[in-house]
Amino acid sequence: MRLLASAIAIAAMTASAHLGSLTPASAQTTTLVNVSYDPTRELYRDYAQYFVKHWKEKTGQTIEVSNSHGGSGAQVRSVIEGLPADVVTFPLEGDVLAIEQKGLIEPGWKKEFPEDSSPYTSTIVFLVRKGNPKGIKDWNDLAKRGIQVITPNPKTSGGARWNYLAAWAYELDRSGGDQKKAQDFVASIYRNVRVLDTGARGSTNTFVQNKVGDVLIAWENEALLTLKEFGSDYEIVVPSVSILAEVKVAIVDKNVDKKGTREIAKAFLDQLYSPEAQKIFARNFYRPGKPEHVDPEALKAFPKVKLVKIDDVFGGWAKAQPTHFDNGGIFDKIYSKD
Amino acid sequence: MGLRFREASIVPGFRLTFGFTIFYLSVIVLIPIIGLYIKTFELEWERFIAIITGPRFMAALQLSFGASLLAALFNVVIGVMIAWVLVRYRFFARRLLDAIVDLPFALPTAVAGIALTALYVPEGWFGKLLSPLGVTIAYTPVGVWIALVFIGLPFVVRTVQPVLEDFNREVEEAAATLGASRRTTIVRVVLPPLIPAILTGFALAFARAVGEYGSVIFIAGNIPRQTEILPLLIVFRLEERDYAAAAAIAAVMLTIAFVILLLINLLQVWSYRRFGNV
Amino acid sequence: MSDTAIALRSAVSPVTETRAVRTTLIALSVVVMVLFLIAPLIAVFAQALNLGLKPALATFDDPDAIAAIKLTLLVAAIAVPCNLVFGIAAAWCIAKYRFRGRALLVSLIDLPFSVSPVVAGLVYVLLLGPFTPIGAWFLEDFGVRIIFAVPGVILATIFVTFPFIARELIPLMQDQGTGDEEAALSLGASGWQTFFYVTLPNVKWALLYGVLLCNARAMGEFGAVAVISGKLRGETVTMPLQIEIYYQEFRALAQVSAFTLAAVLACLALVTLMVKTWLEWRYADQLAATRSGH
Repeated sequence: MRLLASAIAIAAMTASAHLGSLTPASAQTTTLVNVSYDPTRELYRDYAQYFVKHWKEKTGQTIEVSNSHGGSGAQVRSVIEGLPADVVTFPLEGDVLAIEQKGLIEPGWKKEFPEDSSPYTSTIVFLVRKGNPKGIKDWNDLAKRGIQVITPNPKTSGGARWNYLAAWAYELDRSGGDQKKAQDFVASIYRNVRVLDTGARGSTNTFVQNKVGDVLIAWENEALLTLKEFGSDYEIVVPSVSILAEVKVAIVDKNVDKKGTREIAKAFLDQLYSPEAQKIFARNFYRPGKPEHVDPEALKAFPKVKLVKIDDVFGGWAKAQPTHFDNGGIFDKIYSKD
Repeated sequence: MGLRFREASIVPGFRLTFGFTIFYLSVIVLIPIIGLYIKTFELEWERFIAIITGPRFMAALQLSFGASLLAALFNVVIGVMIAWVLVRYRFFARRLLDAIVDLPFALPTAVAGIALTALYVPEGWFGKLLSPLGVTIAYTPVGVWIALVFIGLPFVVRTVQPVLEDFNREVEEAAATLGASRRTTIVRVVLPPLIPAILTGFALAFARAVGEYGSVIFIAGNIPRQTEILPLLIVFRLEERDYAAAAAIAAVMLTIAFVILLLINLLQVWSYRRFGNV
Repeated sequence: MSDTAIALRSAVSPVTETRAVRTTLIALSVVVMVLFLIAPLIAVFAQALNLGLKPALATFDDPDAIAAIKLTLLVAAIAVPCNLVFGIAAAWCIAKYRFRGRALLVSLIDLPFSVSPVVAGLVYVLLLGPFTPIGAWFLEDFGVRIIFAVPGVILATIFVTFPFIARELIPLMQDQGTGDEEAALSLGASGWQTFFYVTLPNVKWALLYGVLLCNARAMGEFGAVAVISGKLRGETVTMPLQIEIYYQEFRALAQVSAFTLAAVLACLALVTLMVKTWLEWRYADQLAATRSGH
């Protein structure tokens, strides 16, 4: 009986002690919340380590950085629904625009940071198995019968949308500007897709861990990272044309004003352009926005690709997102999700 | 009891405990579940029909309920066997085995999930033995089945064990003296009173398997229309923020599970009357 | 019965199976259990130590892992006592009285067992998400976020684990009846005195077992928390979620970390099992009734 009572008492005390130590932000160390997309897990782990050290040296304040990762479409909705993001680091402008439209980010955010708020860029390549058994050379091979393509779900993943647009751009170029042909082409690629993961990392896992599929349409950094971890089991195939994926970063004004973290948030995003950070990007296989900070040797790892820009081909994200990816858009027409 | 709500009793505290129980139940369970069904009604009828007749939902339904059924049936067979062995025989490490039976109760589902995957991928201990034979388990429905067998194993064992322990051996001896062979005795004398318990265990294992998420998603492969379980489809719709669709799938899943459990309950009551107890 | 007695019996009596049958059944049972239960358990530890002891221990240098452990402990520390109070109240109400709808109440308590953990998380998102009336009210008026935050995680855990303690107590208290309580009351004890000095001691071992099970499940819950937590590293990630996060990373070190955390939880499971075995060995009579309800 006494045993029971003392057990309950101990549990209660432990609980209150924990409640104390885990009271969010206001009571103890400030936590900066960075909502990012799926493949950037290793990247922001490295960067956060650097930034926490930098901030401590500069101001003496100890802070914590909490990163959240997932398909960027899903992350956008989470932020809109109240995920307490201080900064967002998204793979495309459309994601940040969606949050701006809900009033959480003030207009004009793009000019707040260098390079139109693109600390780095990336692009889309193909990852195939050792020896390229299916002979994948370019986008048109992905539409061939019998090829299994792995790519994430454009409704939830930013990388998936870049994949889609890159394929569209390829056919547009090849057919001389025929939008209908491009749509049919992209549809035929998606007919070969068996699994739509929610995020780019999920697709990479499906391809690499679960060994499903013949070709992965991947972020360049994911592909290079796979090569680094799994060596000769995989090969990168560079398509004839790909799309320049400009990532965008922004402060979530409404949240930082409420939490009082604007200064830290601004520093967090400013430091993305520092030499150390740019080196971190290159190490993680992202193309640095300020390549002058990086050793030219490191830049050699990036394959040469002919890149098109979304603004030129699609009229920017403000047009591309509703046309292709919103409910009832072109993607919904070509891929029946039920 | 006539028209009274409850029997008279001198023990105090009914209002307090009853009130608190109902309150807790309502807030934690009833209201949220009712909310789920209400959310389903936000869907237009056509969309609802499109979802529940779509090939992806049908395939997930078949996989979830089918694999759960097969796993629960398998658990009945090995569960009865294990219960019998634990109750009737004495052997080295019997106590240890008895304790291990409860492992799926105590082990977190995610831990079970990654452990089973590690075992059955082509590089794993079991995968290595099976892949020369051309058998793949991980990322196939067989892998799903194995995970469901794991988590359902204790249910049948633990419901049958007490009944077996309480079983009156004299009846067996009586049957033997009347000339029954051992096999006849077991099948016609010992087994029937176990049936209600077996049904309970089956129902519990089945219900648990249908809803299982953590143990299965690592080993399943999660390919839509092939190895995608129903809970994962719900998560997928959730991540797309298609709340109404997620709610619809969840509501259908819940309703089917409730109906099946009700049927098993009725079956149980019938079997209890029919086979009685000894 | 000792082995000799069994051997003798089967040699002469038709009331047990032949030795051959017995051996086969025992062997089959052991094989099944090793295959399905023991192999996964060993695999967890083997994978954790795949690269040696040091990389495994390095897991605990990762602040994300430490935060996950802390959060898991916190969630259990709140969910278990809540469900303890509920379990005792429900068991008292169901076991000590007879009233209409009692069977229905018992079925309702069993409800979470038939509900998928994913659905459990989903119902709370639908009810308390920031765009629902209740969720918005909490957010605006109190600044408390429920979904994507720790309160949501705790709530979902409570849902999934609340039957455990009640189910352990109800059959036992039903068996024990009201005799002891009525005796105490007739001797002048108040209701609360009766409860603390008569009822609770009668059920203390079943209570302990229920708490253990409830705790093991609370710390290990995955599906419901995955849906509701938002997976903010360092903030709303519990141990099972952290295991998934590690598992999805490429580096071999991350895989080791996943299995190391898993091994910690597996040890907790083993402790639960050991205590349970000890309880059954020492206090079998006080637990016996609980078995059939499991």
